[in-house]
Amino acid sequence: MQDHNKRFVERDRNWHPPAYAPGYKTSVARSPQQALVSMQQPSASELTGPSFRQLRMGSHDNDLLLNYREDPALAGAVGLPVGERIIMFGRVVDQFGKPVPHTLVEMWQANAGGRYRHKKDGYLAPLDPGFGGVGRTLTDEQGWYRFRTIKPGPYPWPNDPNSWRPSHIHVSVMGPSISTRLITQMYFEGDPLIPLCPIVNTIKDPAAVETMIGRLDMARSKPMDCLAYRFDLVVRGELQTFFENQ
Amino acid sequence: MKQPNSQPCSELMLRETASQTAGPYVHIGLALHVAGLPERDEEIWSRMASPEAEGEHIEVVGTVIDGNGDLVRDALLEAWQADSQGRYQPEFDLKKPFNSFGRTATTADEGSEWSLTTIKPGRVRVDGIDEEHGVIDDKDSHLANARSALKMAPHINLAIFARGVNIQLQTRLYFEDEAEANAECPVLSRIESPTRRQTLIAKREEADGKVRYRLDIKLQGEGETVFFDF
Repeated sequence: MQDHNKRFVERDRNWHPPAYAPGYKTSVARSPQQALVSMQQPSASELTGPSFRQLRMGSHDNDLLLNYREDPALAGAVGLPVGERIIMFGRVVDQFGKPVPHTLVEMWQANAGGRYRHKKDGYLAPLDPGFGGVGRTLTDEQGWYRFRTIKPGPYPWPNDPNSWRPSHIHVSVMGPSISTRLITQMYFEGDPLIPLCPIVNTIKDPAAVETMIGRLDMARSKPMDCLAYRFDLVVRGELQTFFENQ
Repeated sequence: MKQPNSQPCSELMLRETASQTAGPYVHIGLALHVAGLPERDEEIWSRMASPEAEGEHIEVVGTVIDGNGDLVRDALLEAWQADSQGRYQPEFDLKKPFNSFGRTATTADEGSEWSLTTIKPGRVRVDGIDEEHGVIDDKDSHLANARSALKMAPHINLAIFARGVNIQLQTRLYFEDEAEANAECPVLSRIESPTRRQTLIAKREEADGKVRYRLDIKLQGEGETVFFDF
């Protein structure tokens, strides 16, 4: 395992949201007050990470239209989830544009009414008996991933007196090491709730917000079946150090 | 159009996708049974070592506490650690007795402690080369060689994701019964305040004949855990 000559581009922590972002109230008591301790020379511990090529996936793990049935006896068109059928797809690349193949992409989301299938979600919008809300897949050789799902609905949450999350899908990507590990949220192009959201607004740079917006892609949509949204993910760039240990 | 060489280098590079909190329902996606969802055939979870795994079998547990001293009951943690020989095993495979990667969570209904069933990691060389198999082909940098031969004290890398945490918090768990190794660990020594180094040292307990280490992670305030940027 010779990772000693590998490096990742430094994370720009002014681009990412800060830990303390008081508009998002929960961050107030959950943000460190001390400075992060920087590792000027990351070690093998930071430069390595898990590969999930041996993780055995189910055949519908990336297809949320088919991977959950409250009653397993329901099959076929009976018991399909209610909502806008969409393909969510994209490419995982690093900051140098290099595809990130065979990496684990996971996602989770609310149903069309904004209700999560989680025992702690008490929102009055009903659960959908045909929808669970979880997916996972590996990127292919060129870094592409795809899911089929229902477009999630917005939902209210107790932040400001009347805060609503925009429609969003939580997205988790591993990349080549624990240094590239990233969890983000995909928002949908044109959603007027995006600029109102205290969680989106933890990010200061509007260009950084743009990196989280999935774009409608008519070319990849399937006529008479489903629309498509493209969401590319960029993880930290991997570089070889020029001199150290070479 | 501007010449490439007239642009700052940062503009020639893509920007990383921005981070967002994992939110209150992270379990739906990354810890299905905690959310109340049926599990798939294979899940990534907290049993990193099965009984056949080589090494000292341990349990690692703790709480996550916010700036008010209250328990954080919806955190997801990811662990990354070397095997008992100090080697990372990148290939995650549930058929293997030991996996370097695991996940755990604090929950409202399970006492709000996270826990990992694992083995005590060996010491990792800073450069990740293990002595038996590694080859250092460095010909001209003795300094770099000296650095790369350094061994870190046994540790588990932990990342904390939760509602209210906008980008994951990265920390390390060290072991209190490794005082000597801890004292010479190049990463622990990077922490200027010796008092703060103590926030990473898990306490040894014995419970039901099992060795257990406890590390309570304090996100903010007095006794705040050290978090790293790397």
